[in-house]
Amino acid sequence: MAPSEKQVDEIQRSKKRVVITGMGAITPLGNTLADYWQGLMTSKNGIDRVTAFDASNHGSQVAGQVEGFDPLEYMDRKDVKRAARFAHFAIAGSKQAIADAKLEITDLNAEQVGVMIGTGIGGIQVMEDQQEIYLNKGPSRCSPFMIPMMIANMAAGLTAIQVGAKGPNSCSVTACAAGSNAIGDAFRLVQNGYAQAMICGGTESAVTPLTFAGFSSMRAMSTRNDDPTHASRPFDKDRDGFVLGEGSGILILEELEHAISRGARIYAEMVGYGMSCDAYHMTGIAPGGEGAVRAIRLALKDGGLAPEDVSYVNAHGTSTPVNDPNETAAIKTVLGDHAYKITVSSTKSMTGHLLGGSGGIEGVAAVMAVANDRVPPTINLENPDPACDLDYVAHKSREQTVNVALSNSFGFGGHNVTLAFKKYK
Amino acid sequence: MSDDILGKVQKIVSEQLGVDEAEVKPEANFANDLGADSLDTVELVMALEEEFDIEIPDEAAESISTVQSAVDFIKSKSA
Repeated sequence: MAPSEKQVDEIQRSKKRVVITGMGAITPLGNTLADYWQGLMTSKNGIDRVTAFDASNHGSQVAGQVEGFDPLEYMDRKDVKRAARFAHFAIAGSKQAIADAKLEITDLNAEQVGVMIGTGIGGIQVMEDQQEIYLNKGPSRCSPFMIPMMIANMAAGLTAIQVGAKGPNSCSVTACAAGSNAIGDAFRLVQNGYAQAMICGGTESAVTPLTFAGFSSMRAMSTRNDDPTHASRPFDKDRDGFVLGEGSGILILEELEHAISRGARIYAEMVGYGMSCDAYHMTGIAPGGEGAVRAIRLALKDGGLAPEDVSYVNAHGTSTPVNDPNETAAIKTVLGDHAYKITVSSTKSMTGHLLGGSGGIEGVAAVMAVANDRVPPTINLENPDPACDLDYVAHKSREQTVNVALSNSFGFGGHNVTLAFKKYK
Repeated sequence: MSDDILGKVQKIVSEQLGVDEAEVKPEANFANDLGADSLDTVELVMALEEEFDIEIPDEAAESISTVQSAVDFIKSKSA
């Protein structure tokens, strides 16, 4: 028997409030939360030609790479060696976020602190390196660390080891929605009392030959190789595909009373998580963003929000021909006329598309928008696609009261996720 | 020649296990003194095989637990 409305109300009331008390970021715009946010606010471009490998025979030769990152600042030599770069990013972002939250993880609370970090691809560079060894030297020369380094869940596993978090631990692998699914799943755990705090977000490091080959064959990536800084141009009529980025974005989600009792600074409240599946096509998008519509609606309902409450949407905005008009249509379907009164921006215009990491850094951007009443821009939006007719905050960041920010993430497989953050009151 | 082997082994152990070369004394035990786990040990044996162009069967690898025992095994193979 379905629960009565009264019972549903009781369940809702018993749910705990969840707030964001710390954040960390490793991005193509900078390797701290402050540098990342500063980059977003100043329209910094994190995209250039690929230097991680020789991309000269690839269709796409541009990427948003993380520069100047030294994992030794976050872990010792041996731990660096035994972990892939996507895990380095996750560990670094998590340690930054924990420090930012001034959260102490001790024997007393370790089981109440968990980790949920998503990734789309995991340690693909490790696999490529080991495949070469396999072909050249045979199976007996393949590293015993190959499997534990490359498996996608290891970002969450190693982060827990590094910080001593013994609570719930898992990993979503929903392609480009992975980071947002991780934040949403962490939200549910805290909301329902399974953890007092969750270290959550997304990480990715896939600027590798095989990744480029695969995405290029799909014709999914920008080939604006002679003009890398203008390659990622969401909602622009001349966009020609996404630009791959790398990095991690991590948030500390904490149960409100726990945060208050220890005097933590609160950036914002997380109030809603919506997810759906297109059930339509492996990589295509259901017409009109039908699945995205449902994810956005579910997030609003989950957060007790009306369409008119939304101030800002951090869009998935990949700069692919197919995503941007469909996402625009989905936002308009849900918000109606109110869609024209809000701001929508794609920070991928500056960072590139971090795949599973994107939900992490974009969740951070949405929370920072709520906390600072400032919205990041969409750069390179010179001639909007006629099918993209919202206010995308072209070129420059803007001051704006942000009571509610949404963050959209959509992944191959038809995964749609929307997160809702609200000013903490 | 034997000093050479010791020096090379020390260098490989230091790199593989992420410890300072000064800690890699002949009597040092990989697991107890240098913090190696089972995966480290497998990788270390592979690196020694590669460097000295020898094969170290699993049974022999089990008996190689210190820097000196590695050196001794390599010497016995290259003698």
